[in-house]
Amino acid sequence: MASTPNAAMPAGLAWSPRALLRRLRGADEIAHLITLIAAAILLLITALLVYQLWIHSAEARHRFGWNFFVTRTWDPVAGEFGALPFIYGTLVTSAVALLLAVPLGVGGAIFLAELAPPKLSSSLTFVSDLLAAVPSVIYGLLGVFLLVPLMRTTVQPALKKTLGFLPLFQGPAYGIGFLTAGIVLAVMIVPFVLSVSREVLLAVPRDQREAALALGATKWESTWLVVVPAGRIGIFGSVFLALARALGETMAVTMVVGNNPKIAASLFSPGYSIAAVLANEFSEATGNLYLSALIELALVLFLLTFVLNGLARLLILITTARGSGVLPT
Amino acid sequence: MRIVKILSVMAVLLALGTIAVAQGGQVLLNAAGATFPYPIYSKWFDQYHKLHSNIQINYQSIGSGGGIRQLLDKTVDFGASDGPMTDEQLKQASFPVLHFPTVLGADVPSYNIPGVSAELKFTPEALAGIFLGKITKWNDPAIASANSGVKLPGDDIVVVHRSDGSGTTYIWTDYLSKISPEWQQKVGKATSVNWPVGLGGKGNEGVAALIQQMPGAIGYVELIYAIQNKIAYGHVKNQAGAFVKADLASVSAAAEAASQSMPGDFRVSITNPEGKAAYPIASFTWLLIPAKFTDATKRDVVKDFLKWMMTDGQQYCEALAYAKLPKEVVAKEMKAIAKIE
Repeated sequence: MASTPNAAMPAGLAWSPRALLRRLRGADEIAHLITLIAAAILLLITALLVYQLWIHSAEARHRFGWNFFVTRTWDPVAGEFGALPFIYGTLVTSAVALLLAVPLGVGGAIFLAELAPPKLSSSLTFVSDLLAAVPSVIYGLLGVFLLVPLMRTTVQPALKKTLGFLPLFQGPAYGIGFLTAGIVLAVMIVPFVLSVSREVLLAVPRDQREAALALGATKWESTWLVVVPAGRIGIFGSVFLALARALGETMAVTMVVGNNPKIAASLFSPGYSIAAVLANEFSEATGNLYLSALIELALVLFLLTFVLNGLARLLILITTARGSGVLPT
Repeated sequence: MRIVKILSVMAVLLALGTIAVAQGGQVLLNAAGATFPYPIYSKWFDQYHKLHSNIQINYQSIGSGGGIRQLLDKTVDFGASDGPMTDEQLKQASFPVLHFPTVLGADVPSYNIPGVSAELKFTPEALAGIFLGKITKWNDPAIASANSGVKLPGDDIVVVHRSDGSGTTYIWTDYLSKISPEWQQKVGKATSVNWPVGLGGKGNEGVAALIQQMPGAIGYVELIYAIQNKIAYGHVKNQAGAFVKADLASVSAAAEAASQSMPGDFRVSITNPEGKAAYPIASFTWLLIPAKFTDATKRDVVKDFLKWMMTDGQQYCEALAYAKLPKEVVAKEMKAIAKIE
């Protein structure tokens, strides 16, 4: 080894194994290399995913073009495929879920971070974290056997009676549909909003609270006017993470959404979501066009999630730029 | 250096070992496809392995569509499907594929009408009307006329269908396509279709759960699922004009009625058959076998397995609630096995 010509070369150009080893001897370089590989692999996986979805959806993309996004028909027999009802269903169920989960999650987080005694706070947080770990099929089963009958016999008739003048609450009460799927999703994403928001609020510096109290604010005024606004952007981040989870949820949604590719104003109406139709139809999809249309749907879902995740990232960037230092962990 | 030496010796030993095992006649076959016959297939492959300890057949129940794809991609030795391959699919295949019917399945109409405990009778017209969304009340004359003596309420009908692509849906829509020109033209038959009305439940269990919970609901479930879970279901009027309740005998009768006109490649739909005792919404499920094997050992194993399955293997069917193949069909299939090269 010692007799290799490389040994005579300047150290900077040496690429012999021994020189490489010497370069790597410092812990910094090794850490740099390992973390770089980890990051690169993540990027590679994402790129590969998009690439695979892109090439395998070629047939559907060429056949339907942009019409894929506005067509309402999904007819595997006739070979006509459009994504609109699925995009609609995905967005509506996720929106219902956010409307319910955000007040609940943020409210709970404020209580746990600011108002509750520490012992109660930590045990409640533990329970909420447990909720996040329940498999989605369990939520789906509970939805089918508990929530759906309750919705059909009690909640939906009551909504019809009181708010029935709104187009949102009209039509036959099947018990399954957008509203029920949204509620199940809300239960599933509340722990995300709650946990992250609580961390964010706890990270707001103590002096800010003390300053507010010193100026004569009540406990609630200090919480609502000082602490929550300081953690605002981190809370937004938690909401976006929860939304991404709601968009991609498959099992629980397909069990209660009704699985009917329909666009209806009523939240009582059965609908469909992108993730649900993929899970339902992929295994039995025969014919290349059918398969490629399903893969294009997957691409659409990926795109939706990508955009929303991007927005969340952007919000976090803004926070860092402002130097408030309030970030979700 | 010592380590390298030891390693290389071990590698050589390992390689020799593999060859020795291979010479011992270990045969591993991979198959994939339909989920509906999975319980009987796994029973068969398991029993066959007990008889021939050197032969192992792995079956992945990934769905018929996946089974056909994997067979055409040659990632499995043979496939399985609830619907026969279409002419187009056979044309796309780079090698000829043979169909072998294995067992029979059937769909039954299940319903939940408050206050009605009698077993309802359905005419083809009533079923087509309900699933097309044209018959919307339970006391519609099309339903009531076949059920004199049953007091039907004026409740709304809620149609429930499978949301996941499935052979069960294929059989149901194949039947509706045969008895209703309007259905054939508007909807057609496939493992997933564009349903005119209704709610989708995932799997037999999803459909059954929706029916049980929803007053006024009607849907279709796989016969075996209905039997095993003691779900009540209705009678259906067959081509001969008799109302028949689905059971193993009436399903086998449907296959028997169709076996007279069985085509040589076994790609036949037996929904709406002739015969007074035949239940009209039934179907074969098929194994998809390549006509040519490059590996002679695998070929012989497959041929022997098929023979065993159609003779001794049939005894396991009824315990698992699958209807047996009729004798005529078995005789024809035994001859067809010779076509595998």
